[in-house]
Amino acid sequence: MTKKLMKGSEAIGEAAVQAGCHLFFGYPITPQNEIPEYMSMRLPQVGGTFVQAESEVAASNMLYGAAGSGERVMTSSSSPGISLMAEAISYLAGAELPVVIVNIMRGGPGLGGILPSQSDYFQATKGTAHGDFRLLVLAPWSVQEAANLVQDAFDLADYYRNPVLILGDGLIGQMMEPVEFADSREPIKVLPPKTWAATGHNGSKPRSVINSLFLDPEELERHNFHLKEKYDRMERDEVRYEAHGLDTDYDVLIVAYGTVARVCLTALEELAEEGVKVAMVRPVSLFPYPSAAVREAAAGAKAVLVVELSMGQMIEDVRLAVGRSKPIHFLNRVGGMLISPDAVIDKIRAIEDGSSEEVRHA
Amino acid sequence: MLETVFSRPDALRDVTTHYCPGCTHGTIHRLIAEVLDELGVRERTVGVAPVGCAVLAYNYFETDFHEASHGRAPAVATGIKRARPDLVVFAYQGDGDLASIGMAEIVHCANRGEKVTVVFVNNAIYGMTGGQMAPTTMPGQVATTCPLGRDVDMAGHPIRVSEMLSTLRTPAFVARASVHTPLLAVNAKEMLRRAFSYQVAGRCFSLVEILSTCPTNWGIPPAEATTWLEKNMLPYYPLGVFKTPERGSREPLPLEG
Ligand SMILES: Cc1ncc(C[n+]2csc(CCOP(=O)(O)OP(=O)(O)O)c2C)c(N)n1
Ligand code: SF4
Repeated sequence: MTKKLMKGSEAIGEAAVQAGCHLFFGYPITPQNEIPEYMSMRLPQVGGTFVQAESEVAASNMLYGAAGSGERVMTSSSSPGISLMAEAISYLAGAELPVVIVNIMRGGPGLGGILPSQSDYFQATKGTAHGDFRLLVLAPWSVQEAANLVQDAFDLADYYRNPVLILGDGLIGQMMEPVEFADSREPIKVLPPKTWAATGHNGSKPRSVINSLFLDPEELERHNFHLKEKYDRMERDEVRYEAHGLDTDYDVLIVAYGTVARVCLTALEELAEEGVKVAMVRPVSLFPYPSAAVREAAAGAKAVLVVELSMGQMIEDVRLAVGRSKPIHFLNRVGGMLISPDAVIDKIRAIEDGSSEEVRHA
Repeated sequence: MLETVFSRPDALRDVTTHYCPGCTHGTIHRLIAEVLDELGVRERTVGVAPVGCAVLAYNYFETDFHEASHGRAPAVATGIKRARPDLVVFAYQGDGDLASIGMAEIVHCANRGEKVTVVFVNNAIYGMTGGQMAPTTMPGQVATTCPLGRDVDMAGHPIRVSEMLSTLRTPAFVARASVHTPLLAVNAKEMLRRAFSYQVAGRCFSLVEILSTCPTNWGIPPAEATTWLEKNMLPYYPLGVFKTPERGSREPLPLEG
């Protein structure tokens, strides 16, 4: 096991290949072009297939076809491209197909910008597309974690027969860090054989139909309840987060995810040296959201600070977790602007001296 | 000794279809099933059903199936075939599905030369949604969204998919057939057989456009539908083979100068 310096995008691609993903379908969009580029170079080396689709609409439907054949498959895109994949993602969830989708977010709405952002939190966790479904959403904060989460994502997708979304910001895709890949890797779940795959039938197994159409309302209702039961199991078993500084006293609890949380950690460490006590919960799974962890950590704080590269999309989940028991403050930059550790430090000081206004709620 | 001379193909399931009386979707299903049986590929065939009247095709064929979203069957077929090149993959699509919402997918699937077969059912109307204008609706033909008849100044002329796809340089088998008489149905089956054979041999993309009736949304009795097709559609949508892989080359053109 050796450490290798890799760009986030390349590490994501390599992690997928090592997890047994042999098919990739994609369409160019900044800032994630390095993922399809890497796959177009790497997949032929392992006997795999890369297809540059005519659009994200087509790419996501190729993904559907390939996943229905039982293969491990992946696509990646950035915000507007994920919007175009929405219909297919809903079909994937409805037909219960395991796929891994990577969204390297850029600023929006519309064509927006090409710089790092976290503007697709709602899209990822609540309103990806039509219909009653959920994606399992994982948000890395480092290149190493991106690689690990991609590999876990394939296991989770297979286990739950559900699309898993890796939600990264532009920084994750672009930054270079040392990454380590295990020589061999065991799945994190016991994976049943894919007897449901549509690969032709000769009577030795029941006919496979990859489908999300249920014209009988009772049958569709049963299907919806079946999916919900699966999402409930994810909420029970797949919550992931990281806690920092919860073991000592603290006044302010930071909640932040992705690369923003790294900036917050730097601020937290600097403040600790000055004796200002701050803690942090970093959600790694955004669905299921680590609500209990946020609630319990908030109980020990005077105030909660949410830090995001969006207009405050995650505040809703933090509010649901802590209710009105604690004031919630918010720090953000958007449009591709980044947050510095100093900005976080200033905000914490403002919370401490009462000059920061809390987020209003209805 | 009694001899069976006509029976249900193995590739068709023993179920009643939901198609209207006089609709030729069912005839087309049967021809596909006969070809799959005769080529001996049923057990390794995966079909892709469209959104349209044939949305439930997966209930009618005795093969594995994928239900695709509206227009995306060629992309789904691409995914299946790239994942499992050993499978025989066919997409079954209507004219709204293929020539309107899914135009990009069919053009690029054909242009990449995916080794899949597309059966394109052209009935000059949106059947499932209740008779709206399709890209293939005839000039002057009345539809629920062109109550005065298709106005070619506003809606353009009907798209001739087979002609259009045969302009692509990538080798392919492209043909147009009809099934409104027994003799033509025999020809249609031969075209389907050739289309699937090219796929089985790993040769090329293949598409058979089949003219089809929709008495329900054309608003005429089944018997008249056949005559209507012959009189209005046949002259504009000529039958025949438009492209074979033997004609055309995959060599790139040299850069000029
Ligand atoms: C994204 C999307 N848009 C619209 C529809 C509604 N819709 C269902 S079938 C159909 C038209 C089908 O017509 P055609 O492809 O000609 O097939 P036919 O029913 O005539 O066989 C439409 C527009 C849909 N299901 N999905
Ligand atoms: S509506 Fe038209 S295309 Fe659809 S089943 Fe009836 S006749 Fe056939």
